[in-house]
Amino acid sequence: MQPSAGDDALAAAALPTAEVTAPRAGEPPHDPGYAISTRGLVKSYPGPDGTTVKAVRGLDLDVRRGETFAFLGPNGAGKSTTIALLCALARPTSGHATVAGFDVVTQPHDVRRQVGILFQHSALDPDLTVEQNLRIHARLYGLPRRDVRRRTAEVLEPAGLTDRRRFPVRALSGGMRRRLEIARQLLHSPSVLFLDEPTTGLDPHARAEIWEHLRALRDRLGSTLFVTTHYLEEAENCDRIAIIDGGRLVAQGTPHGLKAEVGDDRVALRTSDDGRAGEVVAQAAPPDRPVTVDADGTWLRVPDGSAWIPRLCAALEAHGIAVHAASATPPTLDDVFFHHTGRSITTTPATTGGGR
Amino acid sequence: MTALTLQAPQAAERGRAPRLRHELRAIHALVHRDLLRLACQRSHTALVLLQPAVYLFALGGGLATLIPAASLGTGYQTYLFPGMLMMTVQTPAIMVGIRLITDRQSGYLREVLMAPVSRSTLLLGSCAGGTLVAAVQGAVLLGLAGAVGLPYDPVLLLLLLGGMLLASFTLTSMTLALSVTLRSPELFHTLLSLLMMPLLFLSGAFFPLESMPGWARGLATVNPLAYGVDLLRRCIALRVPDQAAVGGIQWAGRQPPLLLEAGLLLAVGGLTLLWAARRFSRPE
Repeated sequence: MQPSAGDDALAAAALPTAEVTAPRAGEPPHDPGYAISTRGLVKSYPGPDGTTVKAVRGLDLDVRRGETFAFLGPNGAGKSTTIALLCALARPTSGHATVAGFDVVTQPHDVRRQVGILFQHSALDPDLTVEQNLRIHARLYGLPRRDVRRRTAEVLEPAGLTDRRRFPVRALSGGMRRRLEIARQLLHSPSVLFLDEPTTGLDPHARAEIWEHLRALRDRLGSTLFVTTHYLEEAENCDRIAIIDGGRLVAQGTPHGLKAEVGDDRVALRTSDDGRAGEVVAQAAPPDRPVTVDADGTWLRVPDGSAWIPRLCAALEAHGIAVHAASATPPTLDDVFFHHTGRSITTTPATTGGGR
Repeated sequence: MTALTLQAPQAAERGRAPRLRHELRAIHALVHRDLLRLACQRSHTALVLLQPAVYLFALGGGLATLIPAASLGTGYQTYLFPGMLMMTVQTPAIMVGIRLITDRQSGYLREVLMAPVSRSTLLLGSCAGGTLVAAVQGAVLLGLAGAVGLPYDPVLLLLLLGGMLLASFTLTSMTLALSVTLRSPELFHTLLSLLMMPLLFLSGAFFPLESMPGWARGLATVNPLAYGVDLLRRCIALRVPDQAAVGGIQWAGRQPPLLLEAGLLLAVGGLTLLWAARRFSRPE
C-alpha cells in the first residue's frame, strides 16, 4: 500500500486539528484548505398555495480541513436542509458549494464518496447483525470484497462493538446504535463527516460518550467534523461555530470570539456589606456601568471581567469591606444567540455548560 | 491508529476504479441485504409459503371432488398449481414495494441514497433482490409438484422456475413503480388489497378464463398475472401433455405464441422498471 503523494486526507491528518482560525473572506471557494465552502447557497421548496418556502437563504460558509465546526440554530433554522445540499442529496436552487474539493451539483458521486453523514434519525436494519449492516454499507460504497472484512473490523474496534458484531442491531442500546451508525460512516474513510444532531434522543451519559468518541475519532483520523446542534454546550466544544436562523447565517467565529463580540462579562461579588459595596464598586468601575445589588450580592457587566476582580477587591478592602467571593462569568452562547437574533434558543437542556 | 489513517490513499484510488464495478457492487449490496433478511426471517418466510399450500390443499382438495377433470383438462389441484406458484412469487414482490416505503420512513432509504452510485442502480438492486427472493420461495413450493400429480422432471422444474423468475420480475417492477409514486403506506396497502384479489381471480388461477363473461376475459388480456399463470400452465402442457389445462389467454380467439407471452412480460417489466427508475432519480 503506497500512500500517493499529495493525498488530501493525509494532508488533512497532518494539520493541527485544534487550530482555531478566523474565516478569511477574500479567498476563492475552491481553496484546497477548505473542506466545505459555499457561496450564496439558496434552497427553496414549493410551499402550500403556490408559495415558496425558503429554507436556506444565501449561505456563505467556509470550513477548514480538520476543523470541528458547529452549525448552531433552533429547530427549523435550515440546518438539515443545508446538510442535504452539502451531501448532494438535494439540489441547491441557486449558489454553489464545494465539499472536499468537489462541486455538489456537477460531481455528486465524488462528493458522496468523500463524505459520511450521520442523519438526525439514522437508520440501521434492526433485523440484521452489526456486521451485516456494516458489510452492506461497505458494498454500497463500492469497497472490494477483500477490504470489506478488514474495514469492518477496523471501524468496530474504536466503536467498542467488536464483541457485539454478531448481535442483531435490535439488541443494542441507543448509545451503541449511535456508535454503530458513526462506525458505518467511517467505512469508506470520508474526509468530511456530517453529523446532524448526533446526540438527539440520547440520555446525558450516552451523549457525553458520543462526544468523547467523536473527539477521539477526530484526533485519530483528522477528518473534518460538521456538526449541527441546538445544544449550546455541544457547540461550545467545537473549534468554530456558525449560527443560523431563518435560513441565514447570523454569526460565525470561535466560541470565544463570538462571546467576546457580545462583550461583557458578569462580575459578581459577595461582601460583608453589600449596600456600601455597591457604592464603592460604582466609583471604581467604568462610569457608564450600572451596578446592581440584589440577593446574589453586587454585580455589574464589564468587558474583560476577570481583570476587574482584583481592582474591585482592592477598592473594597481599602474601604474596609471584606470580600467573601468574586466571580467573572463570560457571556454564554445563549447570550450570543440572543444578541444576534433577539431570541433565546429555548430547547437548552438544564446541564452545565461545557467549555473544557 | 496508522491502520485507520492509511486507508485514505486507497479510497482515492477507488474513486478512479471503473464506474460500472461500483454500480454492480451496490446492486450486490442490496440483493445481499434481501437474502440476509430472508435468512433471518424464517417464520415470516414459512408463513408466506404456507398460504399457497393451504389454498392448494384446503381449497383445491375440496373443489377437486366437485369440478370434473373433463372440464379443465386435468385435476383441479393440478389446475390450481400454477396459480399458487404465482401467489408465492407475488408476496415477495409486494414486500419489495412495502420495504421501499418503510425504508423511506425509517430513514434507511436516505442512507442508501447516499451511496455514490446512480439512483437507477439502487432501484435495479431492489428489483433484483425482490425477484431473487421470490424465485427462492417459488422454488421451495415447486417441491409440492408431486403432491398435485406432476412429475419431478428437471426440465419442467427449470421451466417453471424460469417462468416464476420472469413473472416475479414484472410484478416486482410494478410494485416498485407503485411505491415510488405513492409515498403513503396506507394508500399503498389499501390499493394493493383492493387490486390483488381481483387480479388473481381474473388471472385464470382459480378457474378457466373461458368460463368467465366477455368483459372479464377482456380484462384478463391486460392482467400481467394472467400472463404469468398462462406461462406456467403452458410450461406444464409442454412437458406433461396429458395434464394440459384448457383455456388461457386468447387474442381475438387465438392463443399467442409462448415466447411472445414471455417477451411481453419481460418488456412490460423492463419498461415499468425504467419508468420507476426515472421517477426515483428525479432530483429533490
